[in-house]
Amino acid sequence: MLYLSLIAGRLGKAVLVLLAILVFNFFLIHAAPGDPALVMAGEAGSTDAEFIADLRERFGLDQPLPVQLWHYISGVLTLDFGYSYRQQMPVLDLILDRLPATLLLTGAAFIISLSLGVLAGALAAMRAGKPSGSLIMGLALLFYATPLYWVAMMSVLLFSVWLEWLPAYGFSTVGANYTGLAHVGDVALHLILPALTLGLFFMAIYTRMTRTSMLSVAQQDFVRTARAKGVAPGVIQRRHILRNALLPIITLAGLQAGQMVGGAVLTETVFAWPGIGRLMYDALMQRDYNLLLGVFFFSALLVIVFNMITDVIYRLADPRIRGAA
Amino acid sequence: MKNPIASLGLGGLLLTLLSLSPGASGSSASSDGDGAQPHSGGEVNIAIQPEPPSLMLPLVQNNPVQLIGGNIFESLLRYSTDLEPMPQLAKSWEIGDDGLTYTFHLYDNVVWHDGEPFSAEDVVFSVGFMTEVEPQARETMSHVERIETPDANTVVFHLKQPYPAFIMAFEVGSMPMVPKHIYEGTDYHNNPANAHPIGTGPFEFERWDRGSVIVLSKNEDYYQEGLPYLDTLYWHVIPDAASRAAAYENGTLDVLPAGSVENFDLERLADLPGSCITNQGSEMFNPFAMLWLNNREGPMSDVRFRKAVMYALDRQFANDVLWNGLGRIPAGPFSSKLPEHDDSIEAYPHDPEQARALLDEMGYNGEQIRLLPLPYGETWARWSEAVRQNLEDAGINVTTEATDVAGWNQAISQWDYDIAFTYLYQYSDPSIGISRTYNSDNIARGSPWNNVEGYRNERVDELFAAAAVEADPEARQQLYSEVQQILHEEVPLAWLLEMPQPVIHGCDVHNLITTGIGISDGFKNAWIESGD
Repeated sequence: MLYLSLIAGRLGKAVLVLLAILVFNFFLIHAAPGDPALVMAGEAGSTDAEFIADLRERFGLDQPLPVQLWHYISGVLTLDFGYSYRQQMPVLDLILDRLPATLLLTGAAFIISLSLGVLAGALAAMRAGKPSGSLIMGLALLFYATPLYWVAMMSVLLFSVWLEWLPAYGFSTVGANYTGLAHVGDVALHLILPALTLGLFFMAIYTRMTRTSMLSVAQQDFVRTARAKGVAPGVIQRRHILRNALLPIITLAGLQAGQMVGGAVLTETVFAWPGIGRLMYDALMQRDYNLLLGVFFFSALLVIVFNMITDVIYRLADPRIRGAA
Repeated sequence: MKNPIASLGLGGLLLTLLSLSPGASGSSASSDGDGAQPHSGGEVNIAIQPEPPSLMLPLVQNNPVQLIGGNIFESLLRYSTDLEPMPQLAKSWEIGDDGLTYTFHLYDNVVWHDGEPFSAEDVVFSVGFMTEVEPQARETMSHVERIETPDANTVVFHLKQPYPAFIMAFEVGSMPMVPKHIYEGTDYHNNPANAHPIGTGPFEFERWDRGSVIVLSKNEDYYQEGLPYLDTLYWHVIPDAASRAAAYENGTLDVLPAGSVENFDLERLADLPGSCITNQGSEMFNPFAMLWLNNREGPMSDVRFRKAVMYALDRQFANDVLWNGLGRIPAGPFSSKLPEHDDSIEAYPHDPEQARALLDEMGYNGEQIRLLPLPYGETWARWSEAVRQNLEDAGINVTTEATDVAGWNQAISQWDYDIAFTYLYQYSDPSIGISRTYNSDNIARGSPWNNVEGYRNERVDELFAAAAVEADPEARQQLYSEVQQILHEEVPLAWLLEMPQPVIHGCDVHNLITTGIGISDGFKNAWIESGD
């Protein structure tokens, strides 16, 4: 029940934070030069004043900024996120349409990076000082330092163009019209490269953090006590050291999870993955205000939700935190 | 094509392509003309970027919509790569001796994709529709006095005065036919049919997975027997240029429309086995790169400064290095592809000495000049670096102010620049694509495509106005020659390059480009060898 009151308190704050984010973003976006009518007229290659005035009127951009803000906020309060100027569809439909692809990608990357990262970090901690431990840390440093887009392009060249093992881009094979299991397998094949690329960086961070954290916990008195009373070394590593070393990793995992909606722009672009990140980037370039604000809203929402989940998991993992709400 | 995993024979496929088209590798062989017989069936995969906002070509005419829309929609005519009118929905046409009446005879067996018959009434409705929503149509159709439909398959346009460019007005991107039975009396922009566009074209809209692919399938009831050959067109949305190149390299894509890959990748991709490149198919558009020079302000208001810019530019270098030598250096304001182009005009040579002399003469004091690049990718970024260096070599003090597309549009249309990159379509007639840049009545804040340099010359205004409605070809040429000479002498802006529009495609795709708008005309005549 403690959790419930905690969550209720957080929810109240969350609504205020979301509202503040919306208003702030609204003015931020409108401060950028240009507007969607100009961008669209520019793309059309020929234009006259009537054409642009017509666009502005249809988008409601001819009204004063505070009026536009009021329309937007009151729309959002009734879950109406408005209309994308450019894509000519309701913002909510566009976002919900793209959300599954992004969650699949970032979720897969999350699981890969967290599980492999913690595993590699634990191994490196147990083999600290040995060549195998150094090798793991060397690889982790390499992945940590290599730019994402470079890894992405190189993996496409290697696995798609030269070896022809994996598809180069996209969500599924165009024109294949697979159904059922074949479709799942097809999507899984397309998922491998982008998920690994996206996961690599975080995997490296988890590896380094798990190792450091485990090594520092291993110095503590209760570990010495466990060893002295004859607990098996494997059990000590798992139950005494790893579990106590997990708190900073949970913090980081919470941060990574919060980025699941908006954090994959680069990967989605290189691999033509039909997700939210690309939607957001295009909306920014085209000054598609409503769509951009919509994506910001959902990104912020996810960050807040995962912060709450992280808080709860803290309390599960470490009973000492329970008192301080 | 298939998933590389599913078909391990991809390498074999490329070999097959190579053996089927001997000597085609890396050559500039055009896509037809090797004598092979067309056959029906097959699919073609094409890159599309950016993702179009809609496929409703009559309402949205940006580049990706035009590329795809020409398969779904049609106009009365098509135009050859020599800019000659060809039949499309009109099987024949006559122009009255006085240049005032244009009579079109339509095919009588045309149906819309929903099965309703197409008729002359649709033509009249479409002219009204386009005049309402599109500026260029507003301009060309302003010459029309009235339209008559003597029978269901005949349309007669009566003009107010002769307007020779009128016969060029029926290209699908400018005057697509819109179904009257669907749009009449509705709010055009909110008509539900926009999401599933209905045209008369050789391909029908089938599916659009946002962010991934747009699928068009063969129109089985097409009015021209045996056409189209292909069953399916897949338009792949791939946002990254390097990824598009990789997708072409591994055989997933068959066609890379102009601008799909960075110029520095062109040669490599064209040299792949079984890969062809063609520079045809942009004759109707005539893209023309220029530097806006803000004539209102500072040194740019002095003609000597503007001439110095022309002398300072090393345009040959830009063409050779940045555009693979495929473009052409313009002598003056008219593209050499236009019949009205005056051959007697000589291009300003690259002569930094001359530029410096002119700057000394005018007493240029080293005032800082802002250069605004075009935010369209690597080629343009590098071009602006080259131009900056050219100008600095001539002693002009330049600072680059880069921005994104929206910021660029804003700066140009609010005249907030000194020198700015742009490119414009000159189209097929000076009265459509060129006069808009120099006419003083076309100076109006708020648009990036009118006379944004602020040039004013009454004589130029008169000449353009007279030439547009001059029926006699010789008199018309005289007017256009004079205007070119004046502009060449006064340099309202700097003419950079007649831009190439190279298309890369598998040599197994034939008849890809058959008209002056290239891929935008659709895949009506295209066919693919059954290599797989």
